[in-house]
Amino acid sequence: MGQFLVSVRSRVHHTAPQLLYVLDAPFDQAAAERLAMLLLHDPLVQSATTEPLDRLADLDLPAETRAVEIAYLPGVTDNQAESVKIGALRLSLPPLQVVHTLRRHLIAATSNPAAQRALYNPLIESHLVLEAGPAQAAQREHFYRGLLQTPGETSPQIARVALREADDARLQQISRAGILALDLAEMRAIQAFYRSENREPTDGELETLAQTWSEHCSHKTFKARVRYVHKGQGSAPRDQPELYAALHLLESAPVVEIDSLIKTFLISATAEVLKRRTTNSGQPATDGPAPKLHPLTPDPWILSAFVDNAGIIAFGEAHELSIKVETHNHPSALEPFGGANTGVGGVVRDVLGVSAQPIANTNVLCFGPLDLALSELAPGVLHPRTVAAGVVAGVRDYGNKLGIPMVNGAVLYERGYTANPLVFCGTVGLAPRGRHPRNLQPGDACVVLGGRTGRDGIHGATFSSEELTNTTAQEVGSAVQIGDPISEKKLLDVLMQARDAGLYSAITDCGAGGLSSAVGEMGEKTGVRVTLEAVPLKYAGLQPWEIWLSEAQERMVLAVPPVHLPELLGLCAGEDVEATVIGEFSGDGRLTVTHQGALVVDLAMAFLHDGRPQRVLEAEWRPAAGVHADRTQITPDKPDASYKRHLLALLAHPNIASKAAIIRTYDHEVGGRTVIKPLVGVERSGPGDAAVLRPLPSSSEGLALGCGINPRYGAIDPYWMALAVVDEALRNVVAVGGDPGRTVILDNFCWGDPRLPDRMAGLTRAAAGCYDAALAYGTPFVSGKDSLNNEYRDAAGNRQAIPPTLLITALAHVPDVQQAVTMDLKEVGNQVYLVGITDDELAGGHLHDVVAPSALSPQPSALPDVVAPPALSPQPSALPTVDIAMAPRILAAVHAAIRSGLVRACHDLSEGGLAVAAAEMAFAGGHGLALDLAAQPTNQALSSTALLFAESPTRFLVEVPPQHAAAFESLLLGLPHAVLGVVASSAELVIHHGQTELIRAPLGELQAAWQGTTVV
Amino acid sequence: MALKTLILRAPGINRDEDAAAAIELAGGVAERVHINRIVEGSVRLHDYALLIIPGGFSYGDHLGAGKLLAVDLAHRLGEQLRDFVADGRPVIGICNGFQVLVKAGVLPGDMNQATPTTWNKDEPNSPALQRRVTPAATLTDNVHGQFECSWAYLEADQTSQCVFTRGIERPIELPIAHGEGRFVARDAAALSALQANRQVALRYIAAAHGYPANPNGSDDAIAGICNAQGNVLGLMPHPENAILPTQHPAWTREPLRAEGDGLVIFRNALRYAAG
Repeated sequence: MGQFLVSVRSRVHHTAPQLLYVLDAPFDQAAAERLAMLLLHDPLVQSATTEPLDRLADLDLPAETRAVEIAYLPGVTDNQAESVKIGALRLSLPPLQVVHTLRRHLIAATSNPAAQRALYNPLIESHLVLEAGPAQAAQREHFYRGLLQTPGETSPQIARVALREADDARLQQISRAGILALDLAEMRAIQAFYRSENREPTDGELETLAQTWSEHCSHKTFKARVRYVHKGQGSAPRDQPELYAALHLLESAPVVEIDSLIKTFLISATAEVLKRRTTNSGQPATDGPAPKLHPLTPDPWILSAFVDNAGIIAFGEAHELSIKVETHNHPSALEPFGGANTGVGGVVRDVLGVSAQPIANTNVLCFGPLDLALSELAPGVLHPRTVAAGVVAGVRDYGNKLGIPMVNGAVLYERGYTANPLVFCGTVGLAPRGRHPRNLQPGDACVVLGGRTGRDGIHGATFSSEELTNTTAQEVGSAVQIGDPISEKKLLDVLMQARDAGLYSAITDCGAGGLSSAVGEMGEKTGVRVTLEAVPLKYAGLQPWEIWLSEAQERMVLAVPPVHLPELLGLCAGEDVEATVIGEFSGDGRLTVTHQGALVVDLAMAFLHDGRPQRVLEAEWRPAAGVHADRTQITPDKPDASYKRHLLALLAHPNIASKAAIIRTYDHEVGGRTVIKPLVGVERSGPGDAAVLRPLPSSSEGLALGCGINPRYGAIDPYWMALAVVDEALRNVVAVGGDPGRTVILDNFCWGDPRLPDRMAGLTRAAAGCYDAALAYGTPFVSGKDSLNNEYRDAAGNRQAIPPTLLITALAHVPDVQQAVTMDLKEVGNQVYLVGITDDELAGGHLHDVVAPSALSPQPSALPDVVAPPALSPQPSALPTVDIAMAPRILAAVHAAIRSGLVRACHDLSEGGLAVAAAEMAFAGGHGLALDLAAQPTNQALSSTALLFAESPTRFLVEVPPQHAAAFESLLLGLPHAVLGVVASSAELVIHHGQTELIRAPLGELQAAWQGTTVV
Repeated sequence: MALKTLILRAPGINRDEDAAAAIELAGGVAERVHINRIVEGSVRLHDYALLIIPGGFSYGDHLGAGKLLAVDLAHRLGEQLRDFVADGRPVIGICNGFQVLVKAGVLPGDMNQATPTTWNKDEPNSPALQRRVTPAATLTDNVHGQFECSWAYLEADQTSQCVFTRGIERPIELPIAHGEGRFVARDAAALSALQANRQVALRYIAAAHGYPANPNGSDDAIAGICNAQGNVLGLMPHPENAILPTQHPAWTREPLRAEGDGLVIFRNALRYAAG
């Protein structure tokens, strides 16, 4: 009956943007005013006005002020607008047809264009700029009415693509133009298939094949045949070659062929670890020199690895834990809030896809430097500050609203991430043991649950398989979405009830590729028939292939036995969750999709899932000259008063500085399971090494969740990076009380374009490192994911890849959460031990960022030109290598000491080395610390610089009460350890090297440095 | 027979299991019930001794924290809820639940005016209606403009009518996790009336740990209030996440406490419901 504008203004926050609601309403102005009064504003702190659109008053803009009004583009999720519709119903008003929400910013008329441009993202938002003047009301009315227009009905069309007669150039053009991301060999395979079928593919079939065969869905790089060529000197240690077996394999011949990285290095690592655990059950191993790592765990501990949507391990008597870590990099580069938002939503659905309740989230974020000069920003690239603020807000919005605590994470800032930020999101799930059904039968109904389908996220799976360019945003803007966490929460609530009632026989999430991928995977073994007109749509006008491909969020697909269908539909209706039967699982082995009777897809499952030709990829490794070179050449000292300055600068380094400004905006308490929180210590200001959760209030068993990541090492040698980050992830969980003998790990590789041989060589080396590490530590991989093509190509064709990045996430069993320890110093007089060997390993370290290069010698040799981003300046000294013969023994011994109650505080040494870790322990505990480095365990005489700041792996600082010292030392027998000092009553950190005082700094000064850096 | 507690579920409520765990640890029986069950009549509020509206982001908090669930409660359950409160039965609204109770007019409650729970859908718009739906207080954006999760020190007002904070004589520590927890009274008179009616239940206090004494900028550092009768409590902090000793953020460096500081609130609620 009327179209109205409701404007809401805060009376408290005068600079806050005004909120506008544009309504197309079947009611009169009095009803619209009532809506504004009762629903759309808080009368204590806001004022609201309601106007009909055809009689808008001119804005009363203050002098020299301009208004910018911003609305979501049609089709973009507008959660606020949906709430207005629900609210109107609750107030007994007739249903609102269309609602749009806008915000109005008032800015100075003299604002520069960049500031105005930063207010909105044209990928998802339209905007209107208003200056004071008479034309304004008409302009606004036109803008608002445009928003209210609904898409018209279109007649469904199913196109055929002329493929059979196409030549190679045409095949490649079809792939490019359709954003199919298929290479020539794959296009030829499809062509051959349709020639044999004697027909042309439909648009829906070609899209289905492209999604299913995408890097995102099929991991074709990790399954490729790799020809690995090694140039230059090898780095495999000569002693104990069996420990570095994968590295020796790579360096065993000039050319090595590997059939699938995932099979050779990841899945087989898990199989081998489990085999060794079994053969170590008390019987001597008969096949090979496998060292005795851990006693057998009698229960089948690993319940699912690499098979389901998430890895699953046993927990307690009757439960299981699941874990998955995903990335959402490309979407976050284009629309940081929406990309990160839907990244959290996606990984949570992975855990729902193994029928588990999400109980914890993790996030690891990699951004460009926040202080990057605008002049250094490439076209089409958002500034790191914009990216960081949006990503953190997106993670916060989704996780907090779902009620999943964010318990662990990391944030890194490197120039190489400027155009390609990385957003890793992880979720841990808890479920009763063995209740995840995998029992789909022909005849089961195919049911889609949750959000409606719109034209959002189309081509997400394939677009993430291309590098980003300055024009990506225009071309694939439709791949970017905003999430709706409340819809996902409702989905979560009904799924847990459906699981407990045993209402479904199989479940999967709707992620990349949408229904095409979810339904296609579920019906792989049986076949499935889908009727697309049954799929509930957000709005009219979608073509059949768009319905099939849409990656609209917050949807799950269930297979439901007919006998349970009424109960499932009733359960969903009872909690306002839409559930729709869209098809039936058949027994014919075919994927058959129709729309109003017309065939959209009719494909043999066998071709869809097994028809893709294996890729062959070239890899060529050229080691960095000089980095590993002479390990006996010691970094000399420049004895001066600069150690304290270096330490303060390191504490303030963005990668090391406190992330409290981010952490505090995430809810890490919801669920009540968080026993060791992200920030610990007397003022809850110390950086905890890992989170500890107590999943079940009835049991004192717990889990520890930690991570390891180090792109600086990746830029030098991804093999040693892999070992270092596995070690770091394990150090972190061991430091809080996790059992390294009952720890599983996950890999997330983020890389450049694998079709370039240097990138592929690094990826191969990282995967090899994963193999050697998993076996050495006895930690199986249970899940993994790769995100490739993280490159930026400018208009001139210059390419810039991210530094090779491997995130390792560790999930450890904690036998008794009451034995967990934190890193803050506890009591004056306690001894502080350093456990582990320090070496002259400064390459890749953070010291280089705070010290002029000339201060360190020998002079650096050039880094490989592989993918060295400018920030990774050439470095002297050696890259830390991990002694994987010794490292597992150190982890086991530290755990035994914690388990025996001997340890009051424990902190792993990582970025910034010993000095940073000591400072953090001291100010977190509010106690002084006096250390002497003379006793520090080393293999050779080292400079004070290396002793203080080297980032050598497998090291801990451990606080032990004097009465437990003997017991502690007996557990460490035969392993490098030494008392470096005591917890002191003076409020300062004092570090000597023998008679020489290196550092004396008040705790307050150290803490202020650590807390003073802007991180978001 | 054990007293039954109804833990209200609604779209976006997410600390319902936490509240249920607290009630059970305090010796009660908790049932998590979706609001639709009460609306359709298959569950009656009247059959429960205690009502908890837990934390979360009801309906996404898109129209202001708790606003839409408040409208929902007022419109669909107004009468049942009013009777439940008038009957003297205990109600706790935690965080989002507090926001809901305030925006539904249940808290601070009768301040010599009708509350929004008494809307008549046929009543025409008027300045008088606008005045009546303007409650005596609200909860709005934290002064620093951010969602914040941390632990706060709190002191129970010893003079308060509140039945849930009785016996809390020393400062307690509870986590907060909210972006819109700033308690704002309509005006100085409304704040004075709250104080005079002894409706202030909990205040944030300074601690040695350097936290802001008033983490969100609330008037009079108010963290929780009750209605005039004392049987309805709304509070921003989360007592349900402070029930076990190892939930405390510094348990590794302090003697392990016997129980979390928040448990007493649920024990008081059950005792009051029983008595």
